[in-house]
Amino acid sequence: MKISTIAKNGLIKENPVFVLVLGMCPTIGVTTSAINGAGMGLATTFVLMMSNLVVSCVKNLIPDKVRIPAFIVIIATFVTILKMAMEAYIPDLYATLGLFIPLIVVNCVVLARAESFASKNTPFYSLMDGLFMGLGFTLALTLLGLIREILGNVSAFGFKPEFTGDGMLAFVLAPGGFIVLGFLIALVNVIKNKTSK
Amino acid sequence: MAKKLESSLVNMVVVLTAITLISAVALSAMNTATTEPIKLAQKQKTEAAIKQVLPEFATLDSKTVELDGEEVVCNYAYNSNGDYVGVAVNSFTNKGFSGYIGVMVGIDKDGNITGYQILQTSETPGLGTKADLWFQEGGKGCVIGMNAKDNPLFVKKDGGEVDAITAATISSRAFCDAINRAYEAIKNNGGNK
Repeated sequence: MKISTIAKNGLIKENPVFVLVLGMCPTIGVTTSAINGAGMGLATTFVLMMSNLVVSCVKNLIPDKVRIPAFIVIIATFVTILKMAMEAYIPDLYATLGLFIPLIVVNCVVLARAESFASKNTPFYSLMDGLFMGLGFTLALTLLGLIREILGNVSAFGFKPEFTGDGMLAFVLAPGGFIVLGFLIALVNVIKNKTSK
Repeated sequence: MAKKLESSLVNMVVVLTAITLISAVALSAMNTATTEPIKLAQKQKTEAAIKQVLPEFATLDSKTVELDGEEVVCNYAYNSNGDYVGVAVNSFTNKGFSGYIGVMVGIDKDGNITGYQILQTSETPGLGTKADLWFQEGGKGCVIGMNAKDNPLFVKKDGGEVDAITAATISSRAFCDAINRAYEAIKNNGGNK
């Protein structure tokens, strides 16, 4: 297996949001702005990398029948560590994302990668898989957040030009999030079909 | 590849116990390491908010009152001559669109609002979160300079004087509620002095 394959899988071919359509709760919930999307994506990336690494290291020590609770405990530990660290050192981002950080525990992307990749591969590859899956998640969330922010709030990454008026409020709310997500998934499918032909 | 551990009862119990034990140790270490920085970050945020909502002052005298089951801190401020400048109330409301909103409200000795800062909010971004600028000086629903000592603030829809945020009336009502609560806290604390 090559790292480039893992990278391509995580970023495009098996992108957690656009292709696997996993982790929709934080996806719609936090992507009201590009910064929030990026922050949530990077937080998830950290958890994905660490949990993949640890799960892959201890995979032979965990009896099959208790692997799910074992994975969940490992994931929850890293999420809690992350939450405390964010609260202590980046309180501003924590103020907006705080509600969603504990939810990373039940983000299907993290458990899915632990179960389907890390428990079958070497620690190094698992770490890489966590990194690129996480980056794919970050990319998707940032893009979604950016589009919703531009349409809904007429700003990008928090910068608001002087001359603009109000945006279309629907895009800041959940329904607009689903609409944008739908169009993005369609777009990714078109691109994928074109390149595979 | 090494063989997987068998799913016997002993193995399962031992492994799960070991994992939770390691995780507990790691978390308690992390908790110890971050307790101080978290407190510091919150304290800095509060202090910065007090400075922003009040005119210049030299010393602070903090008193806590309990209001609707929450602790509300009134920070009475005095200038270098010892004269009373105003009070910054760490007020809150539970009536926001997403529940709790924490607001630092600055009130001078005559009961006029000198400033406010939203400390904590989970309102809808782009709607309710606009409250951080909307009610400030120069904002469309400016409340600075208003006096809610005897007449509580209400949005125009409810017969008051405050222009509500477009499409976020509930957040605006909640904001007024937080301001009114600040006055209530002062009253319960023995008046504005």
